[in-house]
Amino acid sequence: MDKLAEYLQIPFVQHALIAGVLIALCSSLLGVTLVLKRFSFIGDGLSHVAFGIMAIAAVLRLSNDMLLVMPLTILCAVLLLRTGQNTKIKGDAAIAMISVGALAFGYLLMNIFSTSGNLSGDVCSTLFGSTSILTISKKEVLVCIILSIVVVVSFILFYNKIFAVTFDEGFARASGVKAGLYNLIIAVITAVIIVLAMNLVGSLLISALIIFPALSAMRLFKSFKSVTICSAVLSLICALVGILISILTGTPVGSTIVATDAAGFLICWIVGEGLGAKK
Amino acid sequence: MSLITVKNLSVGYEGKAVEEDISFEVGKGDYLCIVGENGSGKSTLMKTLLNLVESISGEILFGDGLKKNEIGYLPQQTQVQRDFPASVTEIVMSGFQARCGWRPFYTKEEKQEALAHMERLAILPLKDRCYRELSGGQQQRVLLARALCATQKLILLDEPVSGLDPKVTIEMYELIRELNKSGTTVIMITHDIEAALRYASHILHFGNRIFFGTREEYMESDEGSFFLQRMEVRKNG
Repeated sequence: MDKLAEYLQIPFVQHALIAGVLIALCSSLLGVTLVLKRFSFIGDGLSHVAFGIMAIAAVLRLSNDMLLVMPLTILCAVLLLRTGQNTKIKGDAAIAMISVGALAFGYLLMNIFSTSGNLSGDVCSTLFGSTSILTISKKEVLVCIILSIVVVVSFILFYNKIFAVTFDEGFARASGVKAGLYNLIIAVITAVIIVLAMNLVGSLLISALIIFPALSAMRLFKSFKSVTICSAVLSLICALVGILISILTGTPVGSTIVATDAAGFLICWIVGEGLGAKK
Repeated sequence: MSLITVKNLSVGYEGKAVEEDISFEVGKGDYLCIVGENGSGKSTLMKTLLNLVESISGEILFGDGLKKNEIGYLPQQTQVQRDFPASVTEIVMSGFQARCGWRPFYTKEEKQEALAHMERLAILPLKDRCYRELSGGQQQRVLLARALCATQKLILLDEPVSGLDPKVTIEMYELIRELNKSGTTVIMITHDIEAALRYASHILHFGNRIFFGTREEYMESDEGSFFLQRMEVRKNG
């Protein structure tokens, strides 16, 4: 415990905690919608795309790769959600195609043009999230805070519309709701969250951050509002616990958080079954 | 002036017509039943009326001050809804979305109105229950309440009784009749020609040829008398 208190005094640990908790909060918000719209894999696909774009940014030696990664990922999110509707290649196949394609190209580019001596280390840290969350700079924390506020505020403002479009897109469309526009907004927010979360858990583990809290909350609660709130709270707690454990034991941050999320799901599942059996 | 006038309409997907040359009119307070075999284009016609599918040719005219977003819709249930965590109130309220525009939240008046619709359809006691735990008939009532939140002028129902047991089916039909009597125009797709003959004021039949007319005209037509005879045989035999 003393050790923990001592660590908490250190600025970069504080930064990591703030950033981690905010990212976890944002990523859990849209989880419910993505799971229910059968878009769980979009997170995964987009993060691979972001990985590919990051590789391009690295090759181009961009000092601030966010400027390239963010807009391109948003573009891909929009394209992916579009293809989900009515095209020849079905939604899941399109996602699988684009995501593995981007992953392969990203790794290829890094291999050919890399100047760094520790290539596999670089790749590994982009994929699984390194300890880089602990080396996060003050400026990055600021970006993280601003984007989180944007995500949370737009989620609250569009909450009722997101619900309507998720529950029954046909009805929403028929009664004159601009369902296409709101799907677009969902896509953009998802892309922003994914680029944010790449810093924390790396691109392979992002979907865990998006779907675990939502699935856990769905075991326990039955209205959309309570599920959303519960998944946000769960995600916060799991991220906090995960980061603290990883600091204390020296395990990789990303996988520790995901493991905590998985444990959270297990607990919720057991509790949910218990409650269900009582009825 | 009719609420909806359809002239020589062809409906279908991607340019391929499922049914051609449909013409009919729906006046205020009418109860139109669309009957016909599977795949005859009933649902496609409804989706075209709702602007979910583009028409291939022909015209749909909205009259009598009816706006495009003043149509309530009771769709067939989708797969997503079976495991969706949502309370009854949340779903009913989402019917107001169209009139919200950019406004992010619902008003107090809208909340009252939603409660009133739930009361009318006898689902008020269920308002905090989870949608997926309700029975089929209750779920249909919830969706009907949502349609009423969207509008009370005109509702389109796509097979509202499919999968319901006989008793609940009759309750559902009575409910729709009451709505119609209190001034809501109803357009309903159904397989159930007996029900169509009992409740509808007008009938649109898709078969070898398209029939449109009042119920009385339908009973005298070739299509209608064919079914009437069969019903007679069943009753007497």
